[in-house]
Parts: sequence; C-alpha cells; structure tokens
Amino acid sequence: MASLWRKLAVAVKLPQRAWILLVATAATGGRPTQSRAGNEISPPPPARVFTRPASRARAKSRREVSRLSKSLVEKYSGNNQFNPVALPLQVILSMPALAVRNLAKVYRNGHEALHGVDLTVTEGDFFALLGPNGAGKSTLIGIITSLINKTEGEVRVFGHDLDREPEAVKACLGLVPQEFNCNLFLPVVEVILNQAGYHGIPRREAGSQAEYYLRRLELWDRRGSQTRLLSGGMKRRLMIARALVHRPRLLILDEPTAGMDVEIRHIMWTFLRELNAEGTTIILTTHYLEEAESLCRHIAIIDGGRIAESVELGGLLGRLKTEAFVLDLKGRPARLPRLDGFALNPLDDHSLEVTVTKGNSLNGLFAALSRHGIEVVSLRNKRSRLEQLFLTLMEGKGAK
Amino acid sequence: MGHYRHDWIAFSTILRKEILRFSRIWVQTLLPSAISATLYLVIFGRLIGERIGPMGGFAYLDFIVPGLVLMAVLTNAYSNVVTSFYSSRFSRYVEELLVAPVPDWVILAGFVAGGVARGFMVGILVIAVALVFTRLQIHSYGVTLLVFLLTAVLFSLGGFINAVYADGFDDIAIIPTFVLTPLTYLGGVFYSLDLLPAFWQNLSLANPVLYMINAFRFGLLGVSDIPVGVAFAIILGVIVLLTLYSLHLLRHGVGIKS
Repeated sequence: MASLWRKLAVAVKLPQRAWILLVATAATGGRPTQSRAGNEISPPPPARVFTRPASRARAKSRREVSRLSKSLVEKYSGNNQFNPVALPLQVILSMPALAVRNLAKVYRNGHEALHGVDLTVTEGDFFALLGPNGAGKSTLIGIITSLINKTEGEVRVFGHDLDREPEAVKACLGLVPQEFNCNLFLPVVEVILNQAGYHGIPRREAGSQAEYYLRRLELWDRRGSQTRLLSGGMKRRLMIARALVHRPRLLILDEPTAGMDVEIRHIMWTFLRELNAEGTTIILTTHYLEEAESLCRHIAIIDGGRIAESVELGGLLGRLKTEAFVLDLKGRPARLPRLDGFALNPLDDHSLEVTVTKGNSLNGLFAALSRHGIEVVSLRNKRSRLEQLFLTLMEGKGAK
Repeated sequence: MGHYRHDWIAFSTILRKEILRFSRIWVQTLLPSAISATLYLVIFGRLIGERIGPMGGFAYLDFIVPGLVLMAVLTNAYSNVVTSFYSSRFSRYVEELLVAPVPDWVILAGFVAGGVARGFMVGILVIAVALVFTRLQIHSYGVTLLVFLLTAVLFSLGGFINAVYADGFDDIAIIPTFVLTPLTYLGGVFYSLDLLPAFWQNLSLANPVLYMINAFRFGLLGVSDIPVGVAFAIILGVIVLLTLYSLHLLRHGVGIKS
C-alpha cells in the first residue's frame, strides 16, 4: 500500500512518456519481471515482516522520493539520450538502498578505520566493495549492520536513519558475514527458524521460508545436522539462507565465496544473479576480482578508510590503458619481433605474455605474429581486467 | 499492533531457544541441583539436623528447605544467562540478534526469561526431592511464587551483566564462586539470623540474598527474620537498578560491539 502511495505521489509530477512506465511497473508489483525458468522450487508467499517506521519518517520518506523523482525527471526531460528502458522507473522512483555520509570510525585503541566515507548504492544494484586487507571494508559493513558503533556520520537504508530508526534499518538488511557465526550445536533448520523469529516471522510461515531457501541452496537434506558438522561451503550457504529468510531488500555479503570450490562458487554466482534479478539490492566484498567483474554493475574501492573510487564498472574498465594476455604458442619461436603497441615477454618456451596498449586490436597482433611464423594455439587473460585496474590504482596510490 | 506482535515473536524465539538449550543438556543443567539438594537434606537435614533440634520453631530439616530451594533457583538462573549469553558472544552468534530488528529490552527479557525458566524447573525438582524427606507446607502461595519469580529475575540480570563483562570462561566462574556462593551461604539458608552476634546480624543485612531467603521462608513456613515488605522493596529496587544497567550496556553495545 505504501508503495502504491509513493507511486501516486510521484506520478502527478511525471512527464507523459513516463506514465507508460508507471503502468508497467505497477503491473509487475514494482519489481523487474524475470523468468524463473529452470527453477523448480516455488517461492513461498512473502513473509509478514513487521517493521516500525515512525509515521513522521514515512512522511519524510515520501517527500524525499518525490524530491528525488522530480529532480531526476527534470534532469532527463528534453535529453535525447534519455532511454526509459535503460533507466527503469523503479530507479527514478526509489530512494537509494544505501546512503552513507561522512562516516568515520575511531576504535578505542585510537585506530582510525574510516575517514569521512560517502557512499551511495542504488536500489536494485549489484555493488562490489573492494579494497586491500585493513582498508575498512568490514568496519563499514559492521556499522551499516549495527555490529559496530560509528564515531560520526550518517547511515540511511531505504531512507531510514540508522540512529533514529535502527529497527526499520535492520528489517531491510540481510548480512552474510565473513566468518561463520552460527551456534555450532544447533541443527541447520533451527538456525534459520530462529533468525526468522528475530525478524518477527511466525514459526509456521518461517518453516516454508526456511524450506524454500534451504532447498534452493541445496542444504535441505542436511537440515537436521548440527551446523558444526557442515563443510566450509555448506556453512557459507547456511549463512546466506539465514540472511535471506526475512526477504531483505538489501543483502550484504562479506566475501561470500571465500573457501568455496570452483563449482560451488559458480552455483553461488548464479543464485546471487537470480536474487538480484528478483529485485534484491546486493553489496558484496570480495578478494576475487573476477567475481566482482562477473557479477557487479558498480564498484567502490576503499583504501585507508577512504573511498578511492565509486563508479560504474564499465566506465572503470574503460580506463584501462593496457591489458595483459598470455598466448600459448605452437613451437618455440626463433626470435621475438618488436611490434608497435604490443610488448612481448616470453614466459617459457611455449608461452608469451603480451601487453596490449589501448587502441590496438588483437587481430593486428595475430597478423603480425603470423607474418613472423609464430602460431598461436590459445589465448587467455593474464588476470581479470578489474584485477589489473585494481592493481594499477593501488600502485598509483602507493607511488603518491 | 504490528510491532507488539513482532516483539512477542522475537521474545518467544529467544525463550524457546534458551529452554531447548538447557533441556538438551539436562544432565549438566538440571540434574546437579537435584543431587546437591538430596545431599544437603540427607546430611544436614537428617543426620546432623536431628542433633541440632528445632530452629525458628520448625524442625531443622523443614527450616532449611526454603533456603535450599531458593539457592538452587538463584544459582541456576544466574548460570543459565551467564553461560548462554557469554557463549553467544564468544561464538559470535549474538550477531544474529544484533543485526535483526529486536529491541534491546526484548533481548534482555528473552535471556532473563530463559534464566527464570531454568530456575523454575530446578526449583520444582528440588521441591520434589524435599517432599521425599518432609511434608512441605505452604503458608502463602502468592508470596512463595512472587519471591520465586523475583529471585530468578534478579539473578538472571546479574548473570547477564557478568556475561557482558566476561573476557573468558574463567570470568563467568569467578562471580559464582567468590561472590554468589558466600552470599548464599551467609544469607541464612542454614541458620536463623538470631543465632548471630549483633555485629554480624547488622552486616548480614547488607546481603541481598538474606532478604530473598527470608521472604521465601515466610511464603513456605510463615516465619522470617526480616519484615516481608522490606524484603520485597529491596528485591524490586535491585531488579530495577540491574535492569536499567543491563539496558544501558546493551544500548551502548558494551562487550558486544566495537
């Protein structure tokens, strides 16, 4: 009902062409339509999660939505590049899933973990938070999820202020922590049911929610096992099921696939993509940059307690000036040619590292190598593009 | 109404979890108090008690039963909360509660109710054991139940505060050993305050356990060294102080947040 009011409040301010989208969004319940083909597990009815937003805060939220939508519509009206399909109405209407302003944290031992962090994550986004160890990722996540007290700043989740409406913020959030933190002696299903109970979901409804997520994460057969008996990958999936049982609008995962084997990691990626497509905003931290590159649309790089970059992934990758590949060769080349725009470096008798400067095509490389009698059998990225960019950014910072 | 229902579900989830926890390990949690009570009743009640003679107008065995029951209630209520909450901190599954929309007072109420539930079950067990040795008379059901309940609440709160400050499993054993046990034994479980010299009588009045045991003894036997109204006022006053302090600790995340 609140969602409907929000839409009506904004609708009067929309230009005519946006009306078509409004009707389409209302018809899909405000969530993107997505085929669930291949998924044989039917989702349970939405759990009744009781939140307690104050009426004053609700009114303020509506005003903010109205203001945001108005500014976006003004910004894009008359702009020929405005593509209503590329910018879903949901994005226009919604407030940020997460808005962090001037967030600072000084621990009791005097360590300054965060220095005035500003960060915005749009609703429906798949967002990666990257950074070296000790950069402040876990502190930032800890503050957002109420596990760490902030020293200064503001955190808003879907418009709810963490200081004034902590319970409303928590109701919107699901957290998958980095380290296993379930009761080791409880059965798997009991962990999920308890978490549902803490979110105010009656036990009968929680049962169907628990079954749905445990089946989807392939843990249903282990529902009666004590959690200490699960493998590392199972424990991580259990924490994901636990974080989802109340159907959070914002899911935060702190290194979700650490320690998982390749197969399980890819199953997990598929699951997270489906979840995001169903409308859940996802923020993840990871050390696997390939993971961030594969899953996320936006990334933020945090270093030394400050946000170094917060951009759309495509734009960031476009900044790469060089890209490194490894070529496997047929036979040992007699000598390596000098090629403009390509730096060749032999790794061993049958493989070659090639650094390609931006603007040069691989076709040119292959043609030049072929002219010198060098035959390429296969090609692969030396490292993911994001990894390369990340290292460049970190090196650049180090050089300063 | 929504958030009252939400809070009730969260509270009952914590309570259910607590009851299941101590019920699963009943050999460690419920049985020891019944065995201790049996030994006290056999040794002090039967063997030595018959030579001591009557106390406070009752057979010695009858006189010590209220104290033994309440001793079991308070130690178990305390142990349950201190162990459970400290374990949840140690293994970090307290974070399940901290990230969920559960108000601080519901967290506190859930753990305290768990302590009360264990205290109640152990109390019933000790009463059952006592009935083997003597016929238990109840002077006032209301006073008996109220003291039973308030004592369990008070010591559950104490256990909670101990769990918040504990840095290791040793710390959760120190208070019961060096504070709780002496206060209980010196709180008049085995003797009447009249037996003490005036100085020790006055000093004993600073012991909160004395008020609980005497109020409980009044509920069962109808005799007390302390006016029952004073006992209730002191018990309630301490409960209010401990509740406010526990909520303050939770609000500031002492021991559970960085």
